[in-house]
Amino acid sequence: MAATRSSPAPAAAEPRHGLRIFLIWLPLTIALELVIWFAWYPHMQPGAMTSSSRSQQFDIAVMALMAAPVLLFIWVYAGYALVTWRRRPGDDEDGPHLTGGVGIQATWIIATSVIVLGLFVFGTVELIVPAGAGAGQGPAPIWPPANTVTSPTSWTPGPHNVLQVQVIGQEWSFTYRFPQFGGMESTALVLPVNTPVEFHVTSLDVIHSFWPYLLAVKADANPGVDNVAYTTTKQLGPFTVRCNELCGLWHGAMFNTGFVVSPSAFQAWARGVQAKELRNGLLAALPPYSLTYDPTVIPQLGSAVVKITGITGANGYYYPGPQAGTPGDAVSP
Amino acid sequence: MSVPARVVTLLVAFVAVVAGAVFIVIHYIGGYSGLPTVDYTSVASGGQVNVVLQEDPQNNSASKPDWVSYFVQDPKTHQWVHTTLFSVPANTRVNMTILGYDGCTPLRNNFWSQVQGTLGGTVTVQQFKDTNQPIGVTKTLSVINGWSGCNVGHTFAIPSLHLFVPVPSPGPVLSANSLCGASPCTSGPYGLEKFSFRTPAHGGSFRWQCFVPCGGGFIDGNGGPMQTFGYMAGMMQVVS
Repeated sequence: MAATRSSPAPAAAEPRHGLRIFLIWLPLTIALELVIWFAWYPHMQPGAMTSSSRSQQFDIAVMALMAAPVLLFIWVYAGYALVTWRRRPGDDEDGPHLTGGVGIQATWIIATSVIVLGLFVFGTVELIVPAGAGAGQGPAPIWPPANTVTSPTSWTPGPHNVLQVQVIGQEWSFTYRFPQFGGMESTALVLPVNTPVEFHVTSLDVIHSFWPYLLAVKADANPGVDNVAYTTTKQLGPFTVRCNELCGLWHGAMFNTGFVVSPSAFQAWARGVQAKELRNGLLAALPPYSLTYDPTVIPQLGSAVVKITGITGANGYYYPGPQAGTPGDAVSP
Repeated sequence: MSVPARVVTLLVAFVAVVAGAVFIVIHYIGGYSGLPTVDYTSVASGGQVNVVLQEDPQNNSASKPDWVSYFVQDPKTHQWVHTTLFSVPANTRVNMTILGYDGCTPLRNNFWSQVQGTLGGTVTVQQFKDTNQPIGVTKTLSVINGWSGCNVGHTFAIPSLHLFVPVPSPGPVLSANSLCGASPCTSGPYGLEKFSFRTPAHGGSFRWQCFVPCGGGFIDGNGGPMQTFGYMAGMMQVVS
């Protein structure tokens, strides 16, 4: 009796895995994109207080929209592979040796190239169009805001009138000078709404970093350097200014609260501070407004401080002899 | 390596890392934990408390005797304590007295010449010779210009309470010739300053500092005593 030999069963038709993965991935992607755009985007930091914060918020949303399909594809593919191509009990064979796949490779290279180059173009445009996106541009900014007017000595409300604010970092506080209001200086940062603002950021000692993150402005404060950053205020409200450069013991406490207020309230505040500092003599005591300051030079004395050997105390720096007064008339504003 | 050996190794490594982190936190971040806190809460009365500090050109420590330093006066014994920690009650008027024994130095930012955050926006200042005789009359000032007459030695600032006060020195001539030479200072010329401010209604820790870069021997004066508790950096505990 001839032995019956069973012929191998015909291989089952391989399902269209690509189509399956695509059909799983597509609705998830659409759902996630809708969540990102309608639910997450309106609440993303840094918010919408300024032109640069709105710009950065939009940029982050676009990046999220671009990244979500890629991320989901990786997750869906990984999950599908774990379920479909997992090792079965008793299956000790190696996987099939795959070669070729030119289409897949080309698709991958083209798709990733388009995404990366697209983001490069998008990012460049988003950096240039909103006047540097709130970043410090150094002493000679190449992306100033368009259609604006700057008066070095005065400011009046208007959507095109630039308000200049000098940010001075020192261990461990920021102070703010307003050259258009007589060079008055304050520990408070108050800004008018709907106004282009030109920040001039510098330091008197070590490197600090001016970071009012709700304004989406960030500029390093370097001694002897005028670092310029732009933004335009869009919403009323408070914001926090933090130092973002490790600058010593109280770096973590180097913050203050600022306010975006109405133009009339800002004018009242600025003129009030200016009048007070004029009245109490502080404006005369401050150095003339300058883009940077040398803290070892006393402009009013026309000379530099000197270090006197042998004198203990505050770093040994004292005034040169000719400026020394006499006891009894020393304390005077 | 066996599984138990691996577990033991991992546990030892974990404990070593945790111990290192705890050491760093205690030794550096909690660097003022060993300093005494002068208690003013028990002597407050009538909604007021009197706090007395002095700042000296040197101090009485064994390790850093040449660092400029604040001292806090114990309100009960009237002894000077080498610390920069003190506690005051919440929602209280603090009447502060500071004796400035250190010499004058230019403010890095003359904006700090302005008195800010005190009740009335002013301070009263009287300078004294080394013979303890007053120089001139007591003045009430809202600005002590640290650039025109070399009158400011240091500052006392509690930034989160928006309190910024320049502390007077004995003046330029006395600063250069006859400063107090042993701390805590009980003789030598000085500037006596008084001002008041209110503590907040809630408790908490409020850092205070000097805005003169007075860290002699450190880059731009920003290190050393400027960044060390017990010298020119301190903490005011507000107790509610």
